[in-house]
Amino acid sequence: MKRLPMDAIVLPLVSFVIIIGLWALLSHTVAVFLPGPVQTLTKSWDLIRSPFFDNGPNDKGIGWQVLYSLGRVGMGFTLAMVIGIPAGLMLGLSPVLRKMWDPWVQVLRPVSPLAWLPLGLATFQAATPAAIFTIFITALWPILLNTATGVQQVPAEYIQVGRVLRLSRWRMIRKILIPASLPHILSGLRVSLGVAWLVIVASEMLTGGVGIGFFVWDEWNNLSLEHIILAIGAIGLVGLALDWFMLATARKLCYQPAEG
Amino acid sequence: MADHLEISYVSKTFYTSRGTYTALRECALGIGQGEFVSLIGHSGCGKSTLLAIVAGLVRPTTGGVILDGKEVTEPGPDRGMVFQQHALLPWLSAFDNIILAVEEVFPDIGRTEQRDRVTHFLDMVGLKEAAHKYPAELSGGMRQRVGIARALAMRPKVLLLDEPFGALDALTRGRLQDEVLRIWEKFGQSVLMVTHDVDEALLLSDRIALMTNGPEATIAEVVHVDLPRPRNRMAMIGLPQYHRLRARILEFLHERVNAA
Repeated sequence: MKRLPMDAIVLPLVSFVIIIGLWALLSHTVAVFLPGPVQTLTKSWDLIRSPFFDNGPNDKGIGWQVLYSLGRVGMGFTLAMVIGIPAGLMLGLSPVLRKMWDPWVQVLRPVSPLAWLPLGLATFQAATPAAIFTIFITALWPILLNTATGVQQVPAEYIQVGRVLRLSRWRMIRKILIPASLPHILSGLRVSLGVAWLVIVASEMLTGGVGIGFFVWDEWNNLSLEHIILAIGAIGLVGLALDWFMLATARKLCYQPAEG
Repeated sequence: MADHLEISYVSKTFYTSRGTYTALRECALGIGQGEFVSLIGHSGCGKSTLLAIVAGLVRPTTGGVILDGKEVTEPGPDRGMVFQQHALLPWLSAFDNIILAVEEVFPDIGRTEQRDRVTHFLDMVGLKEAAHKYPAELSGGMRQRVGIARALAMRPKVLLLDEPFGALDALTRGRLQDEVLRIWEKFGQSVLMVTHDVDEALLLSDRIALMTNGPEATIAEVVHVDLPRPRNRMAMIGLPQYHRLRARILEFLHERVNAA
């Protein structure tokens, strides 16, 4: 018990000091273009102090930028969930469907989702739906594949219990297959959300408009590296919060598997 | 005694990529109403496959199983199954595991009656207090009791036990055998049990079917256990018939090992 505050607070603090020190050292010696910690803080202080200012479409606080990006991720992720989970269930249940669709999944899965962005832009003629479409493609594969794997790995005994009870197909899915594969589904969702947050930054850099990705690109054009460093910090913290959220959801929903 | 459950010349051949394998050959056995019959044989002899055929989980290649004049073609709650590895759904409490079965088998009796039945059967196996615990929170013996309560709650015509005590330590096994004996003596439920434990079979059974080793395993002979009931493991040890029967079964099992 006594070691806990030491481990949880002091140790991360030590690494924090090391990083800030290295950063300051680098910016004073080899990387003179790089703003040091103090300069970064002073130059971006206004942005930190009021994250939600709004001076029209081209000048919004960093809080707004993050929220716009989160909104797109949320939409694309939700769409991927709505389509990916049922599709994954079907692939997991049917060897015929698996054989039919496997080549498509195998070929399309390794494609960087950003390659789909131009198709999205051409189809929707607008930046936001194109970004949402890209996030949808990003989030789809882990959800689809984890759900399918989860269904295939449901222990045979659970299915036998359902057969002895003569569960209808739908009740078998609802009462046995979905709860049994829930841990797999949730880990797919967690991976998806993480990757979606990675991809939104890059796709917003390409599409422009509002969003944390475009903010980074915009500040690069302004040669404001301080603001970019601030954005990196914000992106990291939001990503961490998303992951915590997914973990907490998984803990709340998942059962403890009984051993033996 | 008129046969309540009839295993009629059941053979099972598996067709694999490496050729065919005949696991069971013309197994025949009749079980009377309220009778306790055990199938005994060495591990891997196919006795669990025969039980799965009775359960309807596996289709025989030739022959069939007849329960009360009707051929078994699929699994059903009239053959309540207790699985080797309990097969409780880990995301449901003990109570919910049983009520899932009760809801499926007796959808029309009303919520209160369904709940009363679950409590009744949990009480019967001495687990009323543990109703809201999850399988991960129960000991191996307790899980198997819930499995037995679940099977009994389906009000089956015949109870199928697939080495139900095999995964338990010796003390727990003994206690659970006594409990099954007590429940059986009270309710006169027909039971077909698979085991490889001679003492267990002698304690519980009216008759013991001896299976030869596979491939082409079959029921070589059926031994009547003419020990008085109610039985008690300590009193039984003093009976000369007990030792005669035990010696006969052990001799059979021993010979089959040497023959194999």
